Formats: sequence, structure tokens, C-alpha cells
Amino acid sequence: MRHGGIDEERFLAAYRTELDHMAALTGPRKVASVFFGGGTPSLMAPATVAAILDQIATNWRLAGDAEITLEANPTSVEAANFAQLRQVGVNRVSLGVQALDDAALKALGRQHSAAEAKAALGVARDHFERVSIDLIYARPYQNVRRWQRELEAALELGVDHLSLYQLTIEPNTPFAALNAAGKLLVPDSESAAELFEATQAITEQAGLAAYEISNHARPGEECRHNLLYWRSGDYAGVGPGAHARLTIEGVRTHLATLRPPEAWRDQVEAEGHGLEDQHALASSEHVSEFLLMGLRLAEGIDLQRLAAIGGEIDAEGLAMMRAQGMVEIDEGWLRVSDQGRLVLNAVIAELVA
Amino acid sequence: MAEPKTVPLALIRNFSIIAHIDHGKSTLADRLIQTCGGLSAREMREQVLDSMELERERGITIKAQTVRLDYTAKDGQTYRLNLIDTPGHVDFAYEVNRSLAACEGSLLVVDASQGVEAQTLANVYQALDNDHEVIPVLNKVDLPAAEPERIQQQIEDVIGLDASGALPISAKTGEGVADVLEAIVTRLPAPKGDEAAPLKALLVDSWYDAYLGVIVLVRIIDGHLKKGQKVKLMASGTSHLIERVGVFRPKQEMTGHLGPGEIGFFTAAIKQVADTRVGDTVTDDKAPCAAPLPGFKEAQPVVFCGLFPVDAAEFEDLREAMARLRLNDASFSFEMETSAALGFGFRCGFLGLLHLEIIRERLEREFDIDLITTAPSVIYKIHMTDGAEIELHNPADMPDPVKIERIEEPWIEATILVPDEHLGAVLKLCEDRRGRQQTLTYAGTRAMVVYELPLNEVVFDFYDRLKSVSRGYASFDYHIVGYEPGPLVKMSLLVNAEPVDALSIIVHRDRAEARGRAMCERLKDLIPRHLFKIPIQAALGGKVIARETIAALRKDVTAKCYGGDVTRKRKLLDKQKAGKKRMRQFGQVEIPQAAFIAALKIEEN
Ligand SMILES: Nc1nc2c(ncn2[C@@H]2O[C@H](COP(=O)(O)OP(=O)(O)OP(=O)(O)O)[C@@H](O)[C@H]2O)c(=O)[nH]1
Ligand SMILES: [Mg+2]
Repeated sequence: MRHGGIDEERFLAAYRTELDHMAALTGPRKVASVFFGGGTPSLMAPATVAAILDQIATNWRLAGDAEITLEANPTSVEAANFAQLRQVGVNRVSLGVQALDDAALKALGRQHSAAEAKAALGVARDHFERVSIDLIYARPYQNVRRWQRELEAALELGVDHLSLYQLTIEPNTPFAALNAAGKLLVPDSESAAELFEATQAITEQAGLAAYEISNHARPGEECRHNLLYWRSGDYAGVGPGAHARLTIEGVRTHLATLRPPEAWRDQVEAEGHGLEDQHALASSEHVSEFLLMGLRLAEGIDLQRLAAIGGEIDAEGLAMMRAQGMVEIDEGWLRVSDQGRLVLNAVIAELVA
Repeated sequence: MAEPKTVPLALIRNFSIIAHIDHGKSTLADRLIQTCGGLSAREMREQVLDSMELERERGITIKAQTVRLDYTAKDGQTYRLNLIDTPGHVDFAYEVNRSLAACEGSLLVVDASQGVEAQTLANVYQALDNDHEVIPVLNKVDLPAAEPERIQQQIEDVIGLDASGALPISAKTGEGVADVLEAIVTRLPAPKGDEAAPLKALLVDSWYDAYLGVIVLVRIIDGHLKKGQKVKLMASGTSHLIERVGVFRPKQEMTGHLGPGEIGFFTAAIKQVADTRVGDTVTDDKAPCAAPLPGFKEAQPVVFCGLFPVDAAEFEDLREAMARLRLNDASFSFEMETSAALGFGFRCGFLGLLHLEIIRERLEREFDIDLITTAPSVIYKIHMTDGAEIELHNPADMPDPVKIERIEEPWIEATILVPDEHLGAVLKLCEDRRGRQQTLTYAGTRAMVVYELPLNEVVFDFYDRLKSVSRGYASFDYHIVGYEPGPLVKMSLLVNAEPVDALSIIVHRDRAEARGRAMCERLKDLIPRHLFKIPIQAALGGKVIARETIAALRKDVTAKCYGGDVTRKRKLLDKQKAGKKRMRQFGQVEIPQAAFIAALKIEEN
């Protein structure tokens, strides 16, 4: 959203309009979590956040213990808003710390320093019950020993939730160009695997085992909002470039809004919503998504639920994956083993019928 | 339909345009058609006779084409010219051969910047064997690199042909084309023929046309061919009622009649091309000629490979598609084959590798069938200890070695022309391929080397290698000379301990280990990593002679996947699944479709 002044008011009005549209689609529901993410929601005026939460509470029933997360960069500017954000109802913050190494932060194109990040984390912890930080690893020139040290330092910060992502070289980025030119020493798949394994060992020891491929928490501190994605629950998406999955009249439906903010806003003003796509998912698509998302979780997937949505698993693939120790079935749940998690994409491709 | 204007034999000229690949035959044909007004400017396009999609795409001629032109010469007379544009590629040499048999003369086109090449030689000798008058034409003189005088001399030196009357031209700009037309009428002989004799015509070619059915191209020697006439194909022994008679100008034009010395076509409710034998004699059913024409040898497939549908459910579609292609191309053969690894498919015979490639491409493109192609093979003659003799087209069918007395393989004589500086590399290539040098001669700085080579060493990638070691400067022509026994063995490839019959090859014993090693290395790159490690082995009988291992996939997991990513990730998954469908499963290993051929492409230094 554009921040400040008349512009922000116009956007807020658009958010409200689209929330109304979503409510009309879903009918009465209980909202268990809200997530302000993408871009820099932490720069929104707290009043705007408050207004959006009000609108949600008006349109649906907002659970008393609703998890309300906001994504923020760990800078002093953003931290300055934390106190007020807490007051309007935000109760969880996810800080994009990314690294605790200044050179690495610069290479990743971040504005903040490691010291600033730690300071912002301090402020966050003063105000919010629940704080999570993000780190990116398997960075150029990062070996296992260096990462271990960094991760241990992060754990000492005492957070209860950690998102630890291996760096992915996305196509058409400066990284991809450097990588293609052989100018980036990104860990190869063997080193990346070792880094991943080291990460699991260290976090487990610290009591923050992975509950999802890249997410770690003390038991009970998992991000409930993200769990909803991985468990293929219903979620609405509001604002530019938002995606949603909603059960509408019994049919799982894909919704997506326009990505350019102004285009989104203009359409909302003209048509009452910013959707550029809304279509029913084919049953096979729903099933693929259920597997794709659910198998990322340590808990795995409930095979009864899979059956209930009309899904099945490729029998031959399953037998093969079980024989190879990639997956296990336990009391009606299918989960991926430690070994399988490292090659999850290949495992899922075998399982999808 | 106008009643035919008979033209005196003295005003007819029949000629083929022959040359090495790309020396400009079809472009010269364009100019001749244009000059004689065969097509309007609007209808004209480059290499207008190359009408097949593949011909246009690859810029080559695959099928010979005939055109009748009317040319008013300087002597004031209007001549009837029948030109046949021929293909240059060695796989289609039989097209040249039959074209030559229909004519009295040839235009030998030589690129004045490149000079005499292997197919120049092969084709000119064929023309001389057919008693042709040959007019050398030095083409592409518009190119800065053209050296018409030097090439003229080269024609004399290398071919031994009098080139004093060679015509410098540019088929592209049209320069000199008028002289070509005059030379055709003044220097080439008119056909001979007896108008009063019973019909005797040479069956030059036949093909399938969607509108007219089978079209038969003939050269009338004696007598007349008319609409409504009942004719007999002497070798086939079948009789047909002529429905249409016409010529190509180059558009079809019905004339209802063809007289002696003329080239044209007829249709006669013939079902498939295979019912007409090229080289056969067409005569009147009631009043046949006394003796048939000598005819010529049918084109025999020399290269064989298996073609299998990637999707086993498409087997019947493939059968139908092949039958359709064969309607039009009798030189391509197929019979059903079963492979333990690939299921049901066909063993197919081709004239050469380009022919194979073209048929495969047409099957994939025109009939939309994904194919797996297995290693090309030649025909081996296997003499069994019990005296039986087997023709082996497929390495997978190799009998138990203890029952084999000896194996014979086909040998070729290859003629290679190459500039001096690349000769060393070419000789090395031939030696590596078990070649036996026959002669080595020079014309200026160009060497002409003749080698005997086993066809199985040539069939696959020899031509590519030759082009690569000579930087594209070597040219190559070959013909089969006979069979010879050799120490040949069947090499099997095992992937994850399972033999993959579609990858087995027959190879000289001394070369087996190197080939085996190279194939294992290639497969290591071609087969994607799996969740487990995969041994790849080459074996002779039970003995492993080479081995590689594909390491297990170590890490393949998406770091971030939230609500906004799921659509994209699902689509990626769909793609991955689709990719798997294009692979073939062997036990637990998936081998990509392209690997079967690519495994054989071996880099040699
Ligand atoms: N500069 C120049 N290029 C020419 C001339 N004649 C032909 N070419 C070019 O040479 C290439 C081959 O010409 P084609 O007429 O297709 O040759 P071809 O001998 O029929 O080839 P195949 O049928 O494949 O054996 C084309 O790119 C032509 O444009 C010429 O007189 N001058
Ligand atoms: Mg041509």
C-alpha cells in the first residue's frame, strides 16, 4: 500500500471495499488469524491497521485469541511503530533479519545492519508476545561452520520462532546473472544438503525443531496463519497481488487480485473488488495442492482428509518411496522422513497420482 | 482439354540438373522456369520446386521434380524442355539415378566458390554412365569468393570432363541463364523414339497426391500414352485404365496425351505407391512392346532402427501413420517389433540417416506422435553353425554367440574430398572407424581420398564428425560394395542392473570397450539423478567392460512455499509430471526419450 496522506486513505477505502467483497463470497465465518505481509506493512499508519482489523471484525467473527501477525524489516524506522501497532491489536511480528553478518546483508541488498536488526528485535520483544525472525542461509561463500556460528548466535537471541530459508537463485535477478557468470560461489547441492542437515540438528537441540521445511518453533509457537496454508485451510487474500483459497458453495476456489497497486485500487473503486482471477480448482488440482503443501509439514497429511477430498496417492510411487525410506505412514498420517525432506520435490512427484 | 500439339522429337530436350548439395540446382531451376514464363512473378518464390514443408525448412531438395517449359530459342523455334531438379544429398542418390534414366543430358552445376565436391563426382559419373551429354555450369559467380576459371580447370583435372564450354552463371541474379537455355537446345541431343511403335515408357517415379491419388511419372520412349488407354506395368504384371494424363509446368496441366520423348504423368486408380515399381516398363495392355526396358535397381533400405511411441497407447496411431507415409515413400520399410524395454514398436528401414531423420520428423510433426528412436543398425549376415543364414536388422535379436559360425557386415566405398589442411584429421577419422585407404590423389590443394569402411561405423555420426573435423570443408559420398566377415559382438547396456535392449549395439570387438565406456559416460549425463544411485554398465555377454554410477539426488526442495506460491508450485509439479511422461521407465529408472539416440553420439577428440 502507498503510505501516508490522501493516498493511504484511498487505499484504506479500497481495502475495506474488498474485505466486503470477500465477506460476501465467504458468508459468515470465524477468522482465526490475520497476516499483514508483502511489501512493508510495518510502514502503514497504525490507524490504518486498526481500521482494517475493525473491518474484519465487522465482516466476520474475529476469534478472541486470533493471531495477528505483521511482517517488518528490522530497522529503527519501522520499530518506532511497534508500540502503536501492538495497541491496535497486532500480537505477533515477523522480522526479516536475513543475516547477522553486515557484509552478507549488503550482498543481499538489505538496508539494515546486524546491530540495527538486533536493536529492532529488542524493541519488538518489548511489545509483542510473539516474535519470529527470518534468516537466509546457503549464501555465497557460506560454509557449514560459519552458518553454525550464525545460527547459534540467532538462537541466543531467544526467539521462539525461526524461518530459515536456503537462498534460492531466482531467474532474472542480479543473483542469477552473477551465478550464471560463475561469479557467485553458491554452495553446490552436496554442501546445501549438509547445511540443511546441520540446521536441523542445531535447531532440534535448541528445542526449535522444524515443523515445516524452513520453519522452526518451540511447540505451540508455530505460526498458526502459515499452518493454515500448509493444511490447505481456507484463506482470503486482500490487497494487490493477493492469493486466496476459499470454499465457495462447497467448491475450493482460487482467487487472485491484480498485482500493480494502482491498478488494483482503481479496479476496486470501479468494481468493488481487485480480482483478476477467480475459478474453481479441479479436484486433481486441489489434491495436488493438498499434497504439495501438507507434505512440507513435519506432521504430514491426514490420509482420511485426503480421501475426503477425493484424492489418492500413486500406489506404485508410494510403495517405492516407503521402500526407500522417504516417507512413512503412521496411524493414518503420511509424513516425509528426514531423508525424504531434503528431496521433497522429487518425493512429491512420485506420490502425486 | 486441348488436343495435344505433338512436337517433333527434334524440338524436345530432356535434362536433369545435378550437383553437390546446395550448389544451386533448385535456384537454377527457378530461373529457368521464370525465364520461360512457367510461373507468374506472383507465383514465384525461391526454390519453388521444393514444395514439401521439410524441404522448405531445411533448404534442401528431397524429391526430384519435373517441369515442362516452352523456350523460344535464338533460331526462332519453340522447344519443349523437360527439366528434372534432383536432390544433392547422398541418401537420395536413387532419385538422381532414376531422373538421369529419363533424360539425354545433364546440367552439372558446380558452385564456383566451392568447386567439385563428392556428390559432384558421384552424380556426374552416373550421368556419364547414362550416356548423357553434360554441360558444366559454374554457378554463384556473383559471390566475391567465386573463382570460375580455377573451378573450370578443376572440373577438367578432377572429373576428366571437357570444361571448355562451361558456362559461368549466377542462378541468384539470373546472369548467364540465357546462355544456359541456348546451350540446352544447341548442345544437348534430342530424344529418339518411334512414334509408330507400341507404347514403351519408363516408370520414373510415383507418389501419392491427396487429390489425385497415386501419380505416376513416366518418360515415353516409343508410341503414345492416352487418357482411357489400358496399360500394363510389365514387371508388376498389373493392368490399369488411364484416367488422367498431364504434365507439370510446374503446375499440373492435363494434356490427355504424351508422345515419344516426352515426360509427364498419369493417374489410374492405383491404391498405393508400392503397387508401382520404379524402373518398370509401361506398355499398352493389348499391343505390348516386345521387350521391357532394362529398368534399374530398387532403392534398398540400408539403415535400420526401432521407432517406439513414447506413450504405449499410441502404437496403433503410429502404425497408421507409418502406413500413410509408406503410401508415398516405398523406400521406407517397417515391420512390427517388440522390445522388452520399450514395448510395441516398429523396426524401420531407411536409405540413410537423413532419410531416417526426415521420416521421424514427419511422424512426430504431421501425426503428432512422440517417438523413441533406438540405435541405428545395418543389416548383418549371420552364418549359423548349423549352416543357416540369418539377416539381422536388430542387435536385440542377435542369436546365442555359441551358435554363430561367423558374422558378416556391409562395407562401403567412400569418396571424400577435402582441402589439404584438413586431410590429416579426415584420415585419422577414417582409420579410427576401421577404414582401409584405397587411393589418395590431389587436385591442387584438394585431396580426394577413397576409403573402404564398414557401414556400421559410418551409419551413425560419421558424417557429422567428418564435417566437424574438416570445419565443414569435406564432402562425402558412398556406395555399398559388399559383405565381409568381422569379429563383431553384441554389447548390452545395463541400467540399474537391468539390460535395456533398445540400447544394445553390435560393435567390433576391439572397439567395444571404448564404445562401452563412452556410452556409459553419455548416459550418466543423460539420465537425470534419481532418489537412489544408479549403476550403468556395458557388458559383452556376462562380462562388464565399462561402468559409471549416477549419484543419488542430494537436495531438491523448495525453500519457501506459502499461500501465494501454491498455484505456481502446482504448475511446476504438473510440468515435472509431464516431463516424467516423456521418459521411459526401466525398473525404477526413468530414461528420457532423447537418451536412446544421444547415448550414441560420442565425442571423439
Ligand atoms: N550467391 C548466390 N547464392 C546462390 C546462387 N544459387 C544458389 N544460391 C544459394 O545457395 C543455397 C542453395 O541453393 P539451392 O538451389 O537450394 O541448392 P540445391 O543444389 O538445390 O540444394 P539441394 O537440393 O539441397 O542439393 C541457397 O541459399 C541459394 O540461395 C547464386 O548464384 N549465388
Ligand atoms: Mg535443391
